[in-house]
Amino acid sequence: MAGADMIRPSRAWRFGAFSRRPPGPALGRLAVLIGLLLVVAVLSLCAGQHWLSPAEVLRALTGQGRESDALVINLLRLPRVVLALLAGGALGVAGLLLQTLVRNPLASPDLLGVGPGAAAAAVLFLAYGAGVVSPGWLPVAAIAGALSCGAAVYALAWKGGVTPLRLVLTGVAVASLASAVTTFVLVRGPANATLSAYVWLTGSVFGATWTDIARLAAWLAPLGIGMALLARHAAIAGLGDELAQGLGQRVEAMRALLLTLAVAMAGAAVSCTGPLAFTGLIAPHLARRLIGHSFGVAAWASAAIGGLLVMVADLSGRVLFAPRDLPAGIFVAALGAAFFVQLMIRARHRAD
Amino acid sequence: MNTARIHPGVWLLLAAALWVALALASLCTGPLRIAPGTVIDALLNHDPTIAEHVVVTTTRLSRLVIATLVGAALAVAGALMQAMTRNPLASPGLFGVNAGAVLAIVLVTLYVALPPTALITGAAFGGAALAGTAVHLLGNARHAGPTRLVLAGAATTALCVAITQAILVVDQESLDNILFWLAGSTAARDMREVLGLAPVLCLGLLGAMLLAPHLDVLAAGDQVAAGLGQRMGRIKAATGLAVVCLAGAAVSMAGSIGFVGLIVPHLARRLVSPRHGWLLPACALFGAVLLVAADVLARATGGTQELPIGVLTTAVGVPVFIVMLRRGRHGRG
Repeated sequence: MAGADMIRPSRAWRFGAFSRRPPGPALGRLAVLIGLLLVVAVLSLCAGQHWLSPAEVLRALTGQGRESDALVINLLRLPRVVLALLAGGALGVAGLLLQTLVRNPLASPDLLGVGPGAAAAAVLFLAYGAGVVSPGWLPVAAIAGALSCGAAVYALAWKGGVTPLRLVLTGVAVASLASAVTTFVLVRGPANATLSAYVWLTGSVFGATWTDIARLAAWLAPLGIGMALLARHAAIAGLGDELAQGLGQRVEAMRALLLTLAVAMAGAAVSCTGPLAFTGLIAPHLARRLIGHSFGVAAWASAAIGGLLVMVADLSGRVLFAPRDLPAGIFVAALGAAFFVQLMIRARHRAD
Repeated sequence: MNTARIHPGVWLLLAAALWVALALASLCTGPLRIAPGTVIDALLNHDPTIAEHVVVTTTRLSRLVIATLVGAALAVAGALMQAMTRNPLASPGLFGVNAGAVLAIVLVTLYVALPPTALITGAAFGGAALAGTAVHLLGNARHAGPTRLVLAGAATTALCVAITQAILVVDQESLDNILFWLAGSTAARDMREVLGLAPVLCLGLLGAMLLAPHLDVLAAGDQVAAGLGQRMGRIKAATGLAVVCLAGAAVSMAGSIGFVGLIVPHLARRLVSPRHGWLLPACALFGAVLLVAADVLARATGGTQELPIGVLTTAVGVPVFIVMLRRGRHGRG
């Protein structure tokens, strides 16, 4: 496929200095993906303790339905859906960015210590800080943990420059250290904090509020714009250091900038939902398989798939084991397991 | 450079002497301080009417035995994995083997009421073997550098941990019982259980020693090994089996204890010898020394609420690992 693309003389729409390639099949697939996203979103608004028909949902959203329905939708279900979408999308994009930068399809934001760092900070906060300051500060603690772990990985991997390999190895080491801190607090901390910490550690969009969403959106908006501006540079960085340098990129500076973007994005998402492990690993994979390696479109697809994953996981957690409401993280992990088996089968085929 | 001239045997003797000293310290420390003389008395002329003698021969001795066996097993397992994959970063902790065993044990303890020890152990072996195979399949694509294998290990570990966590969230009652053990701990284990596992572990150690000369050949590369007439498939399978025995037994004794299997083989290779005939015994001794020392430290600093030993080994291991990384050749990849 990629070969055929290269051989074909490049058609482009040109407007003076700007040029754009005409939309290919990738855009069509992206449209299908977004359609799917909408369907699942509506479905998650309908499903719950009692089922509302799509028409009722629509009426509630436009303020014409029964008041109780409007309350359920606006206060309970819609925030969950929106949070799942935002967090999943951010994790998806961050994952794609990291996999591109490290040039390895097995990388994920957790690799830079985002998940473990946020978890350690959150657990510390739940154990020792929750009584002192308002629990509303939890996301702030989590994002501080994520960012400082990311910074530590980068600083420790720096030796006149950062190579993807050293970044990976340092990331694994720092992540283990952060997990050790988490374990330590869980074992030694006050017992009542342990359970809430454990639920947080699994990751869920349960109890999402509009304040959470506003805060997350405020974080993600500038990061998303930065991402859109830098998409081309990210694609170039993915070609490898030498090629990127040859194309005139300031490799180290751009890598630092893009890594910061990825960590901040994933950290913001994780701080609101807890580490939804594997969203940032799976979504980029599926996106690339669906779209190919064009970074810009793949980033949108990865965001959509990430949102879709978390939404489906949340929906399953609510519906499959009703009346229990299981954290979405459980289902993301289950999906991760299935994905893994499939990845292994593919790797096996390639080796043979 | 100077260290290279010290005969490997001298290192082994030194490590053994250190182990004896630490073992004595380990029997003395705890909430109740016991004088070294009393400890030796308790071991040589045991008197069951004296409380201190009983403490020494029950709880403390079992901890010492666990720390020794687990340390030796994890270090040797790490050395075997590093030889088998020719990857300096291979170790049971990083490559998901420990996490797989933990997951299997959690599954068994949740779904079988009061599972017999044999079942738990079997589950640990099964989980270790499955996770190890998964990492191998995921990470060993052709022309793959060490990164791929490490990432495959990290991803498998993350997966096992995520599933373990999910199970514990759903079934909250077992959380408290299992939590301390998840962190890796030598405490509160019955001596009989330990002795039940010891044969498997010793078998693994013995197997590793028998494999030592073959591992030297394997280290020369697949082609050289094949050219020298080695049956690589069999050797690798046997090595894998030994790793599973060692790691599985270690995890079912003490939970997941990280970084021993990674750091100790490197240290031993640098100090003692890269030849497996010397390297493996050195790993066993160094690993035992390290874990007994960590255990003493955990008890001495922790007061009544002691530190999980797995946390301690990670806290020590990560800085060493990062220094290794910054010095080593793999930084340039």
